[in-house]
Amino acid sequence: MPMAAQDIEALIVAAIPDARVEIRDLAGDGDHYAARVVSAAFAGMNRVRQHQLVYKALGGRMGGELHALQLETAVPSGDHE
Amino acid sequence: MSNANERIDALVKNNDVVLFMKGSALFPQCGFSSRAVAILDHLGATYETVDVLQDPEIRQGIKEYSDWPTIPQLYVKGEFVGGSDIMMEMFESGELRQLVAA
Repeated sequence: MPMAAQDIEALIVAAIPDARVEIRDLAGDGDHYAARVVSAAFAGMNRVRQHQLVYKALGGRMGGELHALQLETAVPSGDHE
Repeated sequence: MSNANERIDALVKNNDVVLFMKGSALFPQCGFSSRAVAILDHLGATYETVDVLQDPEIRQGIKEYSDWPTIPQLYVKGEFVGGSDIMMEMFESGELRQLVAA
């Protein structure tokens, strides 16, 4: 049950309005993605909470429709910027 | 507390490092689980694994236990650490080595 990259991005931005979202299609099959989400909303959260916020935005699709989504989160001007 | 919850709680509390995964450490059944095992092996960690594919009750229960939708899931000293992406990040930063060595 693949999902389009722009649908994933739209769900994340709908829940986390300031999020900058980059999505890469890892296998070219529309089913294996890597997403990098940068948002000030993550400030002060540990990694688990940051990922949980994104999973919540994806509304239960994670682990189901979206099995193969690698996720990376960061706050703007964080270590990874 | 449901039966699954109690069993998971015991597994988490009775093992210093425990990975809930698909398949076994020798034969992971999913790329994410395989990656998690490779990271722990690379660190020389001593760890237990629980194959959720063999136990539908735990497969469902672990997602509720941690409020985390995917497998694998790593627990160290009773604390939920994260899934394979967080493990990779913490591996690269050196944090995971400290955590599993402690």
